[in-house]
Amino acid sequence: MGGRDATMVLLDENGIRCDGRKIDEPRKIVIKAGGLKNADGSAYIEFGDNKILVGVFGPRDVHPKHMSNTDTGILRVRYHMEPFSVDERKRPAPSRREIEISKVIKEALEPAVMLEKFPRTAVDVFIEVLQADGGTRCAALTAASVALADAGIPMRDMVAAIASGKVADTIVLDVNNEEDQAGQADMPIGYMPSLKKITLLQLDGVLTPEEYKKCVDVGVKGCEVVYELQKKALHDKYFGNRGD
Amino acid sequence: MADKRKYVIPGDIVTSGPFRPEQNVILEGNNIISTVVGISEIYEDSVKVIPLTGKYLPKIDDLVIGKVVSHTSLSWELDINSCYIGFLPAMDVFGRDFSTHSDELSSKLKTGDLVAARIANFDRTRDPLITISDRDLGKIDDGVLVKISTSKVPRLIGKKGSMIQMIENGTNAAVTIGQNGWVVVACESAEGLAKAKKAIEMVNEKAHIANLTDLIQDMLNEKDES
Repeated sequence: MGGRDATMVLLDENGIRCDGRKIDEPRKIVIKAGGLKNADGSAYIEFGDNKILVGVFGPRDVHPKHMSNTDTGILRVRYHMEPFSVDERKRPAPSRREIEISKVIKEALEPAVMLEKFPRTAVDVFIEVLQADGGTRCAALTAASVALADAGIPMRDMVAAIASGKVADTIVLDVNNEEDQAGQADMPIGYMPSLKKITLLQLDGVLTPEEYKKCVDVGVKGCEVVYELQKKALHDKYFGNRGD
Repeated sequence: MADKRKYVIPGDIVTSGPFRPEQNVILEGNNIISTVVGISEIYEDSVKVIPLTGKYLPKIDDLVIGKVVSHTSLSWELDINSCYIGFLPAMDVFGRDFSTHSDELSSKLKTGDLVAARIANFDRTRDPLITISDRDLGKIDDGVLVKISTSKVPRLIGKKGSMIQMIENGTNAAVTIGQNGWVVVACESAEGLAKAKKAIEMVNEKAHIANLTDLIQDMLNEKDES
């Protein structure tokens, strides 16, 4: 467990990775918009073995009142992993890591949402990770964008996210849990494809400047693939039976 | 009418060129980008998107249905199905000579009462100011509240009110539509009430169907015979 298997081959001589993918191939991604009746907007994503449910409320009253901003609406994000989402029970209280990812996702969504239209209100995003397998922050960010669009929050663009990284001295797209543990670098990227702007960029590991550039390029290309699936999810919900 | 309609989602380029961006679109470089899920309409010199989801955002002069949630000694607070609370000053109901000593607010409107009201003023710095001093406005005494999606309100009204007129004529019900997605149906007969309610819920669910008018008409007729 944990991917620290000395016998595991991360990348074989034919360029096939430990789970059978090519170096520029993302995992299987399924996105569904809607699904939760009581939330104003919702989305469900399966990103390989990641399963994440997102609910969005708002714009609505801010409680506690002192958090509200008279100039703009505020965005609040909670990223939470279920106790059963990983192979050893995770304590349900928010951990250091979850608080950090909540903040990172919030800051990655803020350039996209146009909350200045709703001063003195709050938009709440609740992310529940039902099953985790590496790259949950990217999958969560992708699903949160769809849920926000489903809730009718005005957005400049949707944020698509995917991680690229360096595994066995090669730049690969969509790092999974094993590759994350045993690989050399992991770079989650959030990207707004229509505006061509990056909203999230983290890097864990060491890359040369050339590798860094290539890693960003690979990630951005991956985001464009994810973006198409986000669009498809919303089209299916809203225009599915209308032709077009 | 619009010459080009398109289904769009946030980030979609509606069109490019010298257009004026109106509702729910932004100008980015030379492209006009949609900010919501909706239907885009391109006019001669402007572009707008009609949203399919989202909460009600108050607009001046909109007729809304509000529910009294509380009152202070000077005003009522109304839930208007929006992210803001509707503010109805007591002077609007009691007139200029309103006095906090002699007039008791709960004698006119109690918590839980439904009110047909108009948005008198609203800007981003304050909660929407509401008035009921107009013809056809004020407390609603009887009827059933039906909640529909805000984005389906224009469909329920129909072109020049055709849809709602059809429902009213078919059931003998009086329907008050609030722009905030709250609808009050009042009818003498229980049968007509149930039918009107069903028709409204049908519009809410099947708003995207092209021949909805015929469908509703069929539904209204079919029950008459039975």
